[in-house]
This record gives sequence, C-alpha cells and structure tokens, in this order.
Amino acid sequence: MSPEPNELHSRTRLLRSVLWGAVIAALAGVTIYFSLGKYLGNRSYDVRYSGEADIRSEFSLTDHTGQAVTQADYSDRWQMVFFGFTYCPDVCPTTLAYLASVLDLLGEDADRVAPIFITVDPVRDTVPIMAEYVSVFHPRLIGLTGTEAQVDEAARNFRTWYERTEDDSAPDGYFMAHGGYIYLMRPNGEFEAVYLEGDQPPETLAGEILSRIDAEA
Amino acid sequence: MKNIFFATIVALYPLAGLAEVAITDPWARASILASRPAAAYLTFESDVDDRLVGITTPIAETATIHAMEIVSDGGARMTAIEALDLPAGQLVKLEPGYIHLMLMGLTNKLEENTSFALTLQFETGGEVTLDVPVLGIAATGPEEASQ
Repeated sequence: MSPEPNELHSRTRLLRSVLWGAVIAALAGVTIYFSLGKYLGNRSYDVRYSGEADIRSEFSLTDHTGQAVTQADYSDRWQMVFFGFTYCPDVCPTTLAYLASVLDLLGEDADRVAPIFITVDPVRDTVPIMAEYVSVFHPRLIGLTGTEAQVDEAARNFRTWYERTEDDSAPDGYFMAHGGYIYLMRPNGEFEAVYLEGDQPPETLAGEILSRIDAEA
Repeated sequence: MKNIFFATIVALYPLAGLAEVAITDPWARASILASRPAAAYLTFESDVDDRLVGITTPIAETATIHAMEIVSDGGARMTAIEALDLPAGQLVKLEPGYIHLMLMGLTNKLEENTSFALTLQFETGGEVTLDVPVLGIAATGPEEASQ
C-alpha cells in the first residue's frame, strides 16, 4: 500500500526540516570547534609557569652512589636542580659545566647548596653511568636516576617538561628533549627562582644565589 | 692564531671557481663516555649561497647537524637537519645551545688536547677536511674566544 500524497508531502517536509536542522547543528558545531581551537591554540599549548607555589622539589630517586634519596635528604641546604640526560652532547654538558663554575665560585658557601642533576633518560642513565658522568663535572654534583615512573613524578613536581622523540638516526632510536632551566629551590623544597645557563655569567649567578640565601639567614 | 680553511673546487666547477667557504674556530668538547655522542662547533662564511650537506670523520660512525627547535615555553628540542644553509656573505656560527655537529658512535671518547679530522661537503663549495681541536669539558667556545 502506497502512502497518500498528503502524507508523503508532510513526510518530505518533516525530513527536510530534520535535515536542515542537522545542517545548522553541524555548522554551529564546526564554528564552535574552530573558535575554541583558535582560542585554545593561543593559550593552552604553551607551558606557563604561573603559580610559583606549584613548583616544588619532591622526589624519590636513587643517587649516583646507589642510595635511595628524597628531597628530605637535602633539607639542610638549598638546591640547584637541572634535568637532562647523558646522551645530550650540547646543552647538558654546557649547563653542568656552568653549574660546576658556580660551585667553584661559591667556595665554602657551596656547602649551603646541593647541586642536583636529574636524568630524564633513566633507562640508559643507570647508577654507574651517572656516577662516572657527574664526577667529571664537579665532586659535589649529585646525579639522580630512578624508574621511569619516579623520574616522571619528579619532573611533574618541578613542572618541567621532557619528551621522547623517536628518530632512526639517534642512538637506540630516540632523542630526549627537555627544558633547560636551572631551578633554585629552598631547603623546604619550595620554589625560589629559575635560571638559564646563557642568561648570565657564572659569577652573577653565584652572587645572586648567595644573596638570596643570605637574605634568609 | 686563527686557522682559516677554504673549501674550493675549481676543477670540477669552473664557473663556480670563486665559490669559497671560509671555516673558522673549529672545536669540540671533550666527552665523558665513548658510548655517548659528542658535539663539535665551527663558524662558516661563504661568498656565495651554499649549503653544508655532509659531514664525515674517522672517529665517529655518523655525524649530523643538529639545530635547536623551540617547542614550548621552556622546552627545546634538538632536531637533525639535513643541510645547513650558508647564505652568501653571512657568518653562520655553530655554538652551544643553538646548532652543533653531533658525532655518534665514537670509537673513543674525545680527550682534551687531542684533535681529529672532520670532512665537510658543501653543495657548491666542494669538500674540505680540517683538524678540530678537543677542548675541555667546560669549554663554551673556541680557544681564541676563551683566552
């Protein structure tokens, strides 16, 4: 039995309004999607260090002598913390050598700061590797490694960024990328300041750190 | 003393006979473990538009050009680039935290006060081999600049 012409007409009308409704809804959706994308694109893809209180030294790792450590083990001193990895031929040795100069310049006051290098590549940067690596830069330098989860947690607490990039030309097929900041942290693990190696000579940073520590003493 | 190396290839490219790349201030940083990559730096100035397209050295399996790419606020990634543009008359300086030659698969770790041969291939400037001094682990620039 075929439908009456009238019924067919109203069905077509219904279908037509449903379809138009769908088109309008889709257009609205696309508009919202793109405006949101544009809005977010200008903002949330940047990592921002607002809310300094968020950055804190809190970790459970293994030092280069094989001892399990947490931030509490350094609570009698301030901390200078740098995240990197030993396969990094450029920024990491440059920054660690710079930290070593800062330590030399601090002289006896170096006792008041724990210089800490945390690897973001713990699979390859084992305890013996870290031991050999840090000793070349400075006898005071502390190298920390751990499980991937432990390193991830430490990096999260410092609000630092690192990433693994697969690359066939790289040793073992990957590179690590990481933020290059030196974090100055207070003895209680709270954030004090960040520095970049290239921004000031080691003399300036040594003086800056000392004046911040002295201001508290 | 400043060593300047010139890459010229007059015989093969008679028309590009004037094409020269001046290479100054080569240096590499001593490395700690042979299993880890090392970095070398130099400064180029070409009198015509040219490109650095290949690097070889007997001390490493591979050598690539790595440049810093800023990925986010505070994040930077070193990425391998296939060729390094050398615009005519412009100083192109490789330096820590910016661009470096990454030497991977070292036969031995780089020892301070030694040197090694590095061969560079240019798109139009031909090929040149030079000697790269290895400076200390804390070096941040060529010997001339650090003195």
